[in-house]
Amino acid sequence: MSANENKDQFRPEDHANDNFLLTTVVGSYPKPKWLNRAKELYQDEDHGFDEDDYQEAKDDAARLITNEHERAGLDVVVDGEMRRNEMVEFFAHRIEGYEFNGPVKVWGHNYFDKPSVVSEVEYDESWLVDEYKFTASATDRPVKVPITGPYTLASWAFNEAYEDDAELAYALADLVNEEIEKLVDAGARYIQIDEPALATTPDDHAIVGEALEHIVADIDDDVRIGLHVCYGDYSRIYPEILEFPVDEFDLELANGDYEQLDVFKDPEFTADLALGVTDVHVAEVESVEQIEENIKKGLEVVPPEQLVVSPDCGVKLLPREVAYGKMENMVKAARNVEADLDEGNIDIERGTPTPADD
Amino acid sequence: MTEYVSTTPGLYPLPDWAKDDLSDLKGHQKHDLISGDEGEEITAAYEEAREEVIGVQEEAGLDRIVEGQLRWDDMLAHPLAVHDAVETRGIVRYYDNNNFYREPVVQDDLGFSGDVANELEATAELTDGDLQAVLPGPYSLSDLATDEQYGDEAEFLGAIADFLEGEVDAFPEIETLFLLEPSLVENVPEDGQDERASEAIDQVASATDADVVVQPYWGALEEKVYAHLLDADIDAVGFDFVANQDDNLYNIQEYGATDDVALGLADGQNTLVEDPEAIRDRTEWVEGQLGVTEFETVYLTTNTETFYLPYSKYQEKLAVLAEAADLAEVTAA
Repeated sequence: MSANENKDQFRPEDHANDNFLLTTVVGSYPKPKWLNRAKELYQDEDHGFDEDDYQEAKDDAARLITNEHERAGLDVVVDGEMRRNEMVEFFAHRIEGYEFNGPVKVWGHNYFDKPSVVSEVEYDESWLVDEYKFTASATDRPVKVPITGPYTLASWAFNEAYEDDAELAYALADLVNEEIEKLVDAGARYIQIDEPALATTPDDHAIVGEALEHIVADIDDDVRIGLHVCYGDYSRIYPEILEFPVDEFDLELANGDYEQLDVFKDPEFTADLALGVTDVHVAEVESVEQIEENIKKGLEVVPPEQLVVSPDCGVKLLPREVAYGKMENMVKAARNVEADLDEGNIDIERGTPTPADD
Repeated sequence: MTEYVSTTPGLYPLPDWAKDDLSDLKGHQKHDLISGDEGEEITAAYEEAREEVIGVQEEAGLDRIVEGQLRWDDMLAHPLAVHDAVETRGIVRYYDNNNFYREPVVQDDLGFSGDVANELEATAELTDGDLQAVLPGPYSLSDLATDEQYGDEAEFLGAIADFLEGEVDAFPEIETLFLLEPSLVENVPEDGQDERASEAIDQVASATDADVVVQPYWGALEEKVYAHLLDADIDAVGFDFVANQDDNLYNIQEYGATDDVALGLADGQNTLVEDPEAIRDRTEWVEGQLGVTEFETVYLTTNTETFYLPYSKYQEKLAVLAEAADLAEVTAA
């Protein structure tokens, strides 16, 4: 078994198996109902529930969900993004240059406070260092920090100030770089850049690649950088994304029943693969056996030392008990597959595209 | 002398209070979207919102008043999405936007609906201004839909044209009809298809005595498509000068234009609010590039629908268009 130091730094000391399939989550997790209620109270001007009270509620929720991730057995945990409302809004509120003018339609009566970039974007106060420090103090496990990527922060805003969205994305990438430096100073070792916007405009993969170069500039190689992409036609970004300066690609594949798996078999997948092994759009907990089969799909693409196990995407829209059940079964399945690998019971040929059915 | 007419392609954002109220009344899921036979409370909310956006247009001083298409949950696919012969299925992406609509699947003969005519009747009662109807052009509507009834692309386009013709025929008196045709740019019609698209547009246009403006957007038409479009008996073609200046100018210089023209000069998808003077200057610049003839009527408009914008910015855009048209009149005189 060859070593993968970047990934192995997260291997628990008491890990039972020789093989190590790192288990983690993409980020978001269902908020406890009382946290939403606390937010309503905080926003209600007639109520005495003040900012300190709401902060305490968010701290409690972050601690609770971090511990829930521990309880599920995840090797690397997140606070479930308890302090974040929406993946663009949260950051846009913290970056100079953004302003909000009101909700816009996405579909039907689903709206989004799409911000406008009205002047040069600037780094003001830290976005996530406090969040990271709090989570890290609440657990002994390694903590991953998800950050919405600059391409998505640019694409899902009105651009009033920059020549084009690429220029805006690069400017934002420099700010993300600054934030990561601060996170690393605070002790973070695992950063995940979320770029869901790439799925809708795959032809822009070069912009995302260039933005990532800005992001990782002067960041220590030991710091693990992942890229999460979901819901798209992967054949339009692969193999080009292999050139991106990241350690890991976190991909949604369970939802499409691994139909797109073959895309990643040729040419050889040279990065680590964080494979989506549970579907976040199905509110039923997959069985351990089912998830084991899904994990083995990943072994058709990469060897065990390059495989990471994770849900397809953030699980925040699932009922909380279902989200927990999926995490728990996912970890059990990963440990079972590791044991099977240790015993040499798994024989999977890598890189061979599955023949078509017809 | 050229007349400058400020207007919009409709499909407005809902006022923020209506976003909240209708979210509560209708819900957030696919099956909660507009059906065409919505109940009293929902109807009342839309009526109030309609009255408000008519007021916004009047206050801005626009030369044409549209209904606002606030009920059009499925954007340009709306006339089919509420049709009895149509089943709506999954949520699909609306062109290249972060917006989605229900896929309308035509399963029976497309008879008369009257949904849009009813909206216009209601609008006519609320304003003394010049009324403008807005419809998807036949090519775009057929492009947004799925056919399980007619079996053949040309036949389906013909059926859509028949349907839209019948709808237009039922309209109250209107000054102008905008047919929105983004699919002519986004899903370029092939050989033969381009000619049929033009014929279908001609058929719909012939159902009204009003001036008909065909507005493609998100770029310029391919040469052949533009040339065919000029064969239709329409009063104006719209040009999206926000998305593409060079190719639009080339088309006009190379193939000429209709006597009237619509210039999409304000960006319907960006919150940056243009200066009225800048719109006026761009209008003059376009006219200067063409040199030879003077247009009879120049419609000044946003390039696209405006539902992409926050409500406050949408209001500002309308005011800018009205002011730009006034400025252009003064300059031209």
